[in-house]
Amino acid sequence: MSNDKNTNTDLIEKDYTTLNLGPTHPATHGIFQNVLKMDGEIIMDSESTIGYIHRAFEKLAERRPYYQITPITDRMNYCSSPINNMGWHMTVEKLVGIEIPKRVQYMRVIIMELARISDHIICNSVIGVDTGAMTGFLYIFQMRERIYDIYEELCGARLTTNIGRIGGLERDFTPKAWDFLDKFLKDFPPALKEFENLLMRNRIFMDRTIKCGPISAERALNYSFSGPNLRAAGVDYDVRVMNPYSSYEEFDFIIPIGTNGDTYDRFMVREGEMWESVKIIQQAIEKIKKEPTGIFHADVPEFFLPPKEEVYNNMEALIYHFKIVMGETEIPEGEVYHAVEGGNGELGFYLISDGGRTPYRLHLRRPCFIYYQAYAEMIRGGMLSDAILTMSSMNVIAGELDA
Amino acid sequence: MDKETLLTTVQDKLKAEFGEGFISSEILYDYPVFTVKRDVIIDVIRFLYNDEGLAFQYLTTMAAIHYPDNKGQELCLTYHLHNLPKNLRIRLKIFFPISDPHVPTLTPVFSAANWMEREAFDFYGVIFTGHPNLKRILNMEDMTYHPMRKEYPLEDGTREDKDDRMFGR
Repeated sequence: MSNDKNTNTDLIEKDYTTLNLGPTHPATHGIFQNVLKMDGEIIMDSESTIGYIHRAFEKLAERRPYYQITPITDRMNYCSSPINNMGWHMTVEKLVGIEIPKRVQYMRVIIMELARISDHIICNSVIGVDTGAMTGFLYIFQMRERIYDIYEELCGARLTTNIGRIGGLERDFTPKAWDFLDKFLKDFPPALKEFENLLMRNRIFMDRTIKCGPISAERALNYSFSGPNLRAAGVDYDVRVMNPYSSYEEFDFIIPIGTNGDTYDRFMVREGEMWESVKIIQQAIEKIKKEPTGIFHADVPEFFLPPKEEVYNNMEALIYHFKIVMGETEIPEGEVYHAVEGGNGELGFYLISDGGRTPYRLHLRRPCFIYYQAYAEMIRGGMLSDAILTMSSMNVIAGELDA
Repeated sequence: MDKETLLTTVQDKLKAEFGEGFISSEILYDYPVFTVKRDVIIDVIRFLYNDEGLAFQYLTTMAAIHYPDNKGQELCLTYHLHNLPKNLRIRLKIFFPISDPHVPTLTPVFSAANWMEREAFDFYGVIFTGHPNLKRILNMEDMTYHPMRKEYPLEDGTREDKDDRMFGR
């Protein structure tokens, strides 16, 4: 009898609804379209369309000298643009063979960890907003304003920072920047604890996010996940530990990992990483105190612009300035791949140089682009609100998706 | 293992398994780079995936490059593979002519290759045989050319509102 019933239901044609989670939607962070095929409230399948913010960075990079490419790397993952900038500088330094002094490496670590904190603040508070909790977002964003103040003191810009130069940083940290940094390190831990108290053990939040959009470690590895999304699935792959750059091997921090790869795990991994970033910044400040003061760039006059007073008075400085700006510096031929741990995972730069003033080919390995493919698989069988939460917990940033 | 040992290990295994399919190998900066023939590339990657000593089971990225001066081998496709437990990284390259830009798809081995191949198709016109959904990914569907190829300039010249003759690119 029950067998007959089952055969009958199989023969009934299901009529699926098509729902357009359209390009401009307040819940999708960025512009990408998902066409969902739904059976009532359950999502059967989805198809993503991306490319709404494609700005042809890889083609642009073939026409710009190396120091002009930094502003376009800013605009990939714009929530943590210093990490993109530093990654690019390190790629060029690897190609040319520049050795950066320790003090500059520690300063770069501070800047990159601040960027990581600011990226994770956005992602975690926005997971809260998507479940309906605006308060955490409002309070923790004040901390992000403090990070913006630090960036403004260091480079003049808040969001798209263009921080640093090939060979170091453009200026030393001013006393005001150190001040801001100390105050930030004092005020951020209590603020983060307050944010955690709102969401971490909140019954409603846990019910919404546990088992929402899970992915297993094997599927995540097959989809080339990296960063917090992979760590939430249980794989402890962090580029800072596996291929250390900029003296990360001297720092003492743990890699938080999750178990199920669902939204709650991604939230918790990012929380854990923010605490680790605070520890790293404190260790970096201690290490900088032991280094000789005043150094903020390597001694590479062929790549690092000399100070303006010298350019007006000194012949060699004038010649170096001219050669750098006009692109007459000698860049070796070769190809190099360098990866840094971005806010979303392994951000890689594959640079091929033919000796000219612009790269021959720059390929950007964008973690968002690679793991967003798995979105269709992650939301299959879930409900629409779970799909929104999964998207925001994956921290899909449109700038990095499209480049 | 350091990069020289990695180079010789992989080179010996590939030569033993594929013979003619293996073309050359070199170390570029810190990466062993292997050039193989286009028709064996999927078997090479599958071999490297399944081999117990090597186990390259993570596809870092795929990038296409256009060399218009290499007649007969204008397009190049590079694969970056990574062995996470042992932290080994290699690069594989294949060269093929622009008149016949067909490459077998890597999607049966790595699901991540799906969009990476669509990107290579969109920008360079590399046609992946067997790909489940080979359409343009970042550009508009009705675009008729493949923009990253070297013969196309940065801007498509259809704009009438600005004059680049004085301050051209």
